[in-house]
Amino acid sequence: MSINLQALSAQLLVGLINGSFYALLSLGLAVIFGMLNIINFAHGAVYMMGAFAAYFLLNIAGIGYWPALILAPLAVGLFGMVMERTMLKWIANLDHLYGLLLTFGLALIIQGVFQNYFGSSGLPYAIPDALKGGMNLGFMFLPIYRGWVVIFSLIVCIATWFLIERTRLGAYLRAATENPTLVRAFGINVPLMITLTYGLGVGLAALAGVLSAPINQVRPLMGADLIIVVFAVVVIGGMGSIMGSIITGFALGIIEGLTKYFYPEASNTVVFVLMVLVLLVKPSGLTGRAA
Amino acid sequence: MTTITENAVPSPRRTVKDEMVAFAIMTALLLVVPLTGVYPFFVMQALCFALLACAFNLLIGYGGLLSFGHAMFLGTAGYCTAHALKVWGLTPELGIIVGVVAAAALSVITGLIAIRRQGIYFAMITLALSQLLFFVYLQTPFTHGEDGIQGIPQGILFGLFNLSKPITLYYVILAGFLLGFLIIYRAINSPFGEVLKAIRENEPRAVSLGYKTDQYKLLAYILSGTLAGFAGALKVFVAQNASLTDVHWTMSGEIVLITLVGGLGTLFGPVVGAFVIIAMQQYLAGFGQWVTVIQGVIFVVCVLTFRRGVIGEIAHYFKRSL
Amino acid sequence: MRNTISTALLGTALSLAMAGIAMAQDKTVKIGSLSDQSGLYADLGGPGSTLAAQMAAEDSGLMAKGWKIDIISGDHQNKPDIGSNIARQWFDVDKVDTIVDVPNSGVALAVNNVVKEKNGVYINSGAATSDLTNAQCSPNTVHWTYDTYMLAHSTGQAMVKAGGDSWFFLTADYAFGAALERDTTEVIKANGGKVVGGVKHPLNTADFSSFLLQAQSSKAKVIGLANAGGDTTNSIKQAAEFGIAKGGQKLAALLLFITDVKAIGLETAQGLSFTETFYWDLNDKTREFSKKFAARMKNGAPPSMVQAGVYAGLIHYFKALEALGSNPHDGAKVVAKMKELPTDDPLFGQGKIEANGRKIHPGYLFEVKKPSESKAPWDFYKLAGTVPADQAFTPIEKSTCALLKK
Repeated sequence: MSINLQALSAQLLVGLINGSFYALLSLGLAVIFGMLNIINFAHGAVYMMGAFAAYFLLNIAGIGYWPALILAPLAVGLFGMVMERTMLKWIANLDHLYGLLLTFGLALIIQGVFQNYFGSSGLPYAIPDALKGGMNLGFMFLPIYRGWVVIFSLIVCIATWFLIERTRLGAYLRAATENPTLVRAFGINVPLMITLTYGLGVGLAALAGVLSAPINQVRPLMGADLIIVVFAVVVIGGMGSIMGSIITGFALGIIEGLTKYFYPEASNTVVFVLMVLVLLVKPSGLTGRAA
Repeated sequence: MTTITENAVPSPRRTVKDEMVAFAIMTALLLVVPLTGVYPFFVMQALCFALLACAFNLLIGYGGLLSFGHAMFLGTAGYCTAHALKVWGLTPELGIIVGVVAAAALSVITGLIAIRRQGIYFAMITLALSQLLFFVYLQTPFTHGEDGIQGIPQGILFGLFNLSKPITLYYVILAGFLLGFLIIYRAINSPFGEVLKAIRENEPRAVSLGYKTDQYKLLAYILSGTLAGFAGALKVFVAQNASLTDVHWTMSGEIVLITLVGGLGTLFGPVVGAFVIIAMQQYLAGFGQWVTVIQGVIFVVCVLTFRRGVIGEIAHYFKRSL
Repeated sequence: MRNTISTALLGTALSLAMAGIAMAQDKTVKIGSLSDQSGLYADLGGPGSTLAAQMAAEDSGLMAKGWKIDIISGDHQNKPDIGSNIARQWFDVDKVDTIVDVPNSGVALAVNNVVKEKNGVYINSGAATSDLTNAQCSPNTVHWTYDTYMLAHSTGQAMVKAGGDSWFFLTADYAFGAALERDTTEVIKANGGKVVGGVKHPLNTADFSSFLLQAQSSKAKVIGLANAGGDTTNSIKQAAEFGIAKGGQKLAALLLFITDVKAIGLETAQGLSFTETFYWDLNDKTREFSKKFAARMKNGAPPSMVQAGVYAGLIHYFKALEALGSNPHDGAKVVAKMKELPTDDPLFGQGKIEANGRKIHPGYLFEVKKPSESKAPWDFYKLAGTVPADQAFTPIEKSTCALLKK
C-alpha cells in the first residue's frame, strides 16, 4: 500500500480524538486507583450513565448540551459517591480484588437495568447546533464537534493534573494515599476525601460519556467493551502517575488510528498486542512503579 | 488485611477424612442423577462448569491469582475439539486431546506474559488477553465467526461408548469431571501445592527460601488453564456446538461468579457454585431480561456479606476445611 | 421384585397404547417462541414475536374447531448453548412441537440441529444466515423472512440500477459481514457496476471516522454497510457527522430494521436505502394487522419484519396442520405439508416454500423519509422499488442444500 500523507495525517487526527476518550477514562481510573486502591470495573457503566444523563436532561428537562456537560458529570459523580459510601467503603480494608469484583457486579446491575428500560439499540442524541458542520482542513473534512472533543478533553485532563499535582487539596490527597493515618492526625477528613475522589473519578468517566453522546448511539452497553481497552491502556501506562495515564491514553488513540489505516482488521486488537509487548519488556508499565 | 483466599487457609482441624466423606457423597449423588428424573443435560452442563470453576479456583484459591480471562481456555479447547471432531473426523478421545493440548499451549504462552504482574494487574492482563483472543476467534475462518461450529458429531468414545445416547454421555462427562477434580485435589495436596500456598502467603519469604516462585506460579497457571480446557472439550459433547460466547469476557465473569458463590479457595465450593448458577440461568430464564441484573446483585451481595461463599460458610461453621 | 418390574412394564405398554389412540385424533399443539428477550434483538423479535405467535393462534381459527394451542416463550440471551439447551428441554420435557423466531445466526444454527435431531418443526424468522437453507438445511426447517443473499441482492441490484454503480464497503470482519459483501459484490458486477474499495472493521467498533474518511476519499457513489446492529447505527450516525450524504455519496445499509431507524432518528437516517420484506404501511392488510398488533404492544410499536414473519409462518403452519387433520407430532411430515401447500397470508401475500425450506416472497427497497415527510410516529419509509419474489432469493438450482440432491 502506498502511503498517502494526506490520509495519514487525517488518521492521526482521528486517532487523537479517540485518544481523548481513552485519556479521560484512564485518568478517572488512575485517580480512583490512587486513592482507593481499587480498579473501578464500573467505569464503563458510569461512562454510559453520563451519556444517558445527557439524553435525559435534554428529553425530559429540556436542558441542552452545554449545561449537561456540567450537570451530567455532577449527577453521576453524586451517584458514584453514594455507591462509595454505601458499598465500597465496607470493603476498603479487604483484599483489593474484592473491589474489582464488587464494581464488576455493580457494572452488571447498572447495564442490565438500563438495558431493560431502554432496549439495546439505543437512543439518538444530536450534536449541539453551535458545533454542527465541519471544516475542510485540506487533508480531511473535520467535523467541528470532533475538534471540540480533543481540545476540551485536553483542557480537562490538564486541569485534573493541576488539581492533583499542584494544589493544596491535591497535596492532601496524595499524602492521604501514602499514609492515611498520618494525614488524619493532621485533622483532615480522610473518608470524605476518599468519597470525593471516587466522585471525581466517576464524574470524569461521565464527562467522557456526555462528550461521546453526539458521536455514538447512546446505548446501555456502550461502555462494556470500552472498559477492557481502557484496562489495557492502564496496564501499558502503569498507574504510576496522572500525567502517565493521560499521555498513554492519547498515544494509544493515535496508534490505533494508524492501525486503522494500515491494517484495519487489527484495530481492535492492537492495544492488547501492545500491552503484551510492554509487559514482556517492562512489566511495571511505561510509567508505573514496580508492583 | 483479609486476603481474598481466607477460605483456603486450612483450619487446624483439617482432616483428609472430611474431604473423603464429602467427595464420596458428591460422587454418589452424581451417580444416581439419571435415575432421579432430573434433566440430565442440565447436570452435564453444570458438571462442565463445575470443572471449569475448579480449575479457576486452583489458581485463585491456592495461587492467589485472580484470572479474569479463563473463558479463553474454555473457548480455545472447545473450538479445537469441535474442529477436530467435525472437520478432521477424529474420534472423541483424540478430539479431547487436541482441545486440551491447545489449551495447554495457550496457557504456556499467556502464562509467561501474565504472571509478570500480580493482584489487580494480573486480573486486567488476563482479561485483556482473553479479549485479544476473542477478536482473533471472531476473525479466523475455522471458527465460523458468529455462526460458530455447529452440529458437531458426538461419536463413539474408545470405540465402545456411543456418546449420542444421553445416559452414556452423562457417565462419560461425570467420569471426566471426577478425573479433573481428583487431579486438582492431588495437586493441592502435593509438595507443589504446599509451595504454592507458601508463595501466596508470603512471596518474598518463599523466594528467600530458594524457591523459584515464578516457575511455581506459571506451573499452577498452566495446570489451571489445561484443566479449564478439558472442561471446554467436554462441553463440546454436551452442547454440540462451539461459539463465541465461550470466549467472551462475560463468560470469564460467570466463572468468577460461580466460584465466588460456592466459596473461593474451597475444594467443593466451585462445584456447588456451578450448580447454583446454572440452575439459576435455567430456572430464572422466565425473568429473561433480569438475569444479568440478578447476577450482578449476587456479586455485590457475595462481596459485601457472604465472602466465604456457600461451602466456605459451612466449613467455617463446622470449623472444617472443605 | 420381578413382579414389580413386569407390572411396571405392563403399565408402560398400556400407557403407550393409550398414547397411540390419543395421537390419532390429537389436536393439541405447543409452540415455543425462542428469542432474545433483552439484548440486541429484543426490540425486533423478543416479546413482540411471542405476541405475534399468539395473534397467529387466535387468527388461525383452529381454536374454534377444537384445537388446543399453547404458546410458551424463552430467552436465548444470544448464546448458542443456552438456545440449544432450551430447545432440547422444550422437546424432551415440555413436549413442544414447534420453535419459532430465533434471531442471531449462531443460535439459529444451533437450534436448527436440535430441531432436526428431535424431529420438530422450526420456523425461523429472525436469523439472517442463508446457511439455514444451504449447507445446513434440514427437512424440519422453514426459513421465513429474509436472509443475507436476499438482502445483498435486492439492495445491490436496486442501487446499481438507480445509478449507484461504484461501491465502497464498510464490512464487519466476520462470517456474516463477509457473506454480505461477497453476495453484494456479485450482484453489483452482474449489473455492470464496480467495487472501488472497502475496509474490514472489527465487530463492535465505536468509532468509524477513519473508515468513513477512507470511504470519502474513494469517491465511490455508494457506501455499502455490510454490518449489523450497533455497528450499523454508529456508522450511519457518524456518516452524517462527516457529511457523507452532503458530499453526494449514498449510504446503503445491507441489514437494517425499523427499530434501528427508530433508534437513529429520522434526522440522521434520512435518505438511507435498504431492503426489508415487510413494512407495516405496505397495504391495507398490513396496516390492519399492524394496528391490532401495536395496540397490544407495551410501547405501541408496529410489528417488525421479524415479528411479521413469526405471524405469517405460524398462519401457514396451522393451515398445514388443518390439512393433516390432526397433529402427527412428526416435524418432517408437517414441514413437508407446509412445502406442498402454497402460502397466502395477509402480511407477505402469496408465495411458496422451496424444497430447501426457503420461503419465497418479494423484497422491498425502502428509503428513509425526511423528518418533514413523516406524518405519524412510525411513518419512516418510502417504497423505492420491489424485487419480485422469483428474483429475491437464492435460485433453487444454486442452493447447496443436500435435500435437493435426491
